[in-house]
Amino acid sequence: MSKISLIIQREYLIRVRKKSFIIMTIIGPVLFAAVMILPAWLAMQDSSENHVLVLDQSGMFQDKFKSRKGLEFEYVRGQNEEQEKASLREKGEHHFLLLIGKPDESGLPPVRVFGQGNTPLEVISALEKQMNTELKNRFLQQSGIDPKLVESIRPEVEIQTTVLSDEGEKEGGSLAATIVGYGAGFLIYIFIFLYGSQIMMSVMEEKSGRIVELLVSSVKPFELMMGKILGVALVGLTQFVLWMALSFAVSTAAGNLFMDKLPKEKAGQEVLKAGEMEKVQQKAESKGMAALSELKNVNIITISICFIIFFLGGYLMYSALFAAIGSAIESQQEAQQFMLPVTIPIILSIILAQFVIKDPNGNLAFWLSVFPLTSPIIMMVRVPFEPPLWQIIVSVAALVLGFLGTVWLAGKIFRVGILMYGKKVTWTELARWLRHS
Amino acid sequence: MYGAYTALDKLSFCIPKGSVFGLLGPNGAGKTSLIRIITQITAPDSGEVFFEGNPLSPEHIGRIGYLPEERGLYKKSKVGEQLLYFAQLKGMSRDQAMERAKDWFIRLDIKDWWDKNVEDLSKGMAQKLQFIVSVIHQPEFIILDEPFSGFDPVNSDIIRDEILRLHSEGATILFSTHRMETVEELCTHIMLLNKSRKVLEGSVKEVRNSFKTNQFTAVTRSPVDFSSFAWEPVAETMNVESEQGWKSSFRIPPDRRSNELVLDLIQVAELASFQEDMPGFHEIFKQVVGRQSTNE
Repeated sequence: MSKISLIIQREYLIRVRKKSFIIMTIIGPVLFAAVMILPAWLAMQDSSENHVLVLDQSGMFQDKFKSRKGLEFEYVRGQNEEQEKASLREKGEHHFLLLIGKPDESGLPPVRVFGQGNTPLEVISALEKQMNTELKNRFLQQSGIDPKLVESIRPEVEIQTTVLSDEGEKEGGSLAATIVGYGAGFLIYIFIFLYGSQIMMSVMEEKSGRIVELLVSSVKPFELMMGKILGVALVGLTQFVLWMALSFAVSTAAGNLFMDKLPKEKAGQEVLKAGEMEKVQQKAESKGMAALSELKNVNIITISICFIIFFLGGYLMYSALFAAIGSAIESQQEAQQFMLPVTIPIILSIILAQFVIKDPNGNLAFWLSVFPLTSPIIMMVRVPFEPPLWQIIVSVAALVLGFLGTVWLAGKIFRVGILMYGKKVTWTELARWLRHS
Repeated sequence: MYGAYTALDKLSFCIPKGSVFGLLGPNGAGKTSLIRIITQITAPDSGEVFFEGNPLSPEHIGRIGYLPEERGLYKKSKVGEQLLYFAQLKGMSRDQAMERAKDWFIRLDIKDWWDKNVEDLSKGMAQKLQFIVSVIHQPEFIILDEPFSGFDPVNSDIIRDEILRLHSEGATILFSTHRMETVEELCTHIMLLNKSRKVLEGSVKEVRNSFKTNQFTAVTRSPVDFSSFAWEPVAETMNVESEQGWKSSFRIPPDRRSNELVLDLIQVAELASFQEDMPGFHEIFKQVVGRQSTNE
């Protein structure tokens, strides 16, 4: 067995056998699912009851407010607002006084809500919605229009995008492209960070544990570095595949459990009329369906191939840099000063990705997707929008060159760094190693 | 060269096959730098190294064993697993490595360590393991950087005996040390480095002979009356009383022989012992290094 594959094997096995790997593999999808489901679940649990006293001096909203779960209305007939305010103070939280004044020339009444502490936005928006609907109906009637007629008119325009390409016309999928592009870019981002820093730690451990001298008397430093990088890459891929599989299983199971409950609860909270409710739901569903059907129009094969290329290229390039950092330091504290310049391009790419998505074939998008340090993330964001093939080729070529360059550079630093014990390394020192080795 | 610092300067030497070669010198003399070149960890800026007449190349890695001065093993890994890993990195097959490892574990009586984590071993145990790691692939050429530093006396003896055993089985040994007493015990050849330069090289015998002072010590049963004696003793060594008798040292001029001194001595007193004062390596070392620094 060649030496490099021995190193890959060892680096892989020690990590995969670790308890922390197994725990993270199991907990990862659960956490992932929790992040998605928890907010919805918490919203369902919210059961605080709000009571609103309505003091309607305008007389426009008599018996118009409809109580629902979580929001109770009560009309007070008296005209003494001071007295009501005083009684409100005794009642405590979740009690509010809605004071509707006499309408001005425009026909709108001044409205004020009193409560202890700030009134929740939820209550305010519910009140505004009910009052707006009521006022709209009133104005419509005054103009001689039947509100029911207006209600029935709901035009829904859906725009189909079509891509003109050499193979002819085909349906576009901007929404799906955005989701797929951003998702792929984000995965690369997470992977570089998680596993790049693992490589750094592993190199540092061998250096500070004085194991490295024994190793490099058997293998070339470059073989050691590449063996580590590839071994950890395999660990990452393994974890990634397991996560995907488990996440799919967990989210399907959880989805089945919650989906039955969720829409009903929501229907209770909304004050929309039954018909309206259905329409909204239908619209949401059709949007989701649209994204799903658009997925078919996104070129899965091209995307998959590009993902593998940019994923590996980006990861290998950055992990070589992380390995070089690990070789220069002896403790985690020292890592900070060297980490920053390496992480800036990664963070910058994920921030700039949102601008790239808005204009996927613009100048910014082009240059960022050619520059090797940003191209893995940015090009992946662009690929679903089908940039010209030559740009992809240029980007891959630049990435390969960038990868070779960084590995060569990192190899030089690595070779000197791993044998420098007990020395605090600075940037100028690193530059000197590059010149002299 | 490390930056502007020259670790080794114009060095040429030969390690005879089958020798125990002591690489000596004070701290910072360049011993470890030299060893790192021979183990192919670093490349020299200029110059060549030959292994059995061929330029040193990665093919030779499996035939060289190396115990670095800075010791370390994977703390979280099992003893046996780790041993096999290092042996395989040296080019052994897994089966071969397993067989050799078992031999060593039986010989050093450490069979029950196999599944222990290295971090659970005592310091002495870890050192033994470290030694096995460096020689498990049956290297013909074994390089030991300060092999006895950090070993307790018991382990130190065990390691010394193992080094001698490997040597008697045909291995060539190179070890660096700054402790002179081990030189006399073990080495057949030495090289002394000081300030990046070679100051002495040769077999132990040659080096000793070249530092001979022609001084002899005689022990007599009764004090010698030097007033009428033809030979002048070395100052302050006249009739020093010892367990065996009275000790006196004489320096013999180049034109005369030690037998003449003995003949004269037995005329004046009964001779208990007579021997040449060979310089210790500690003395030689101090003398050479001291001379070099006063020359500058």
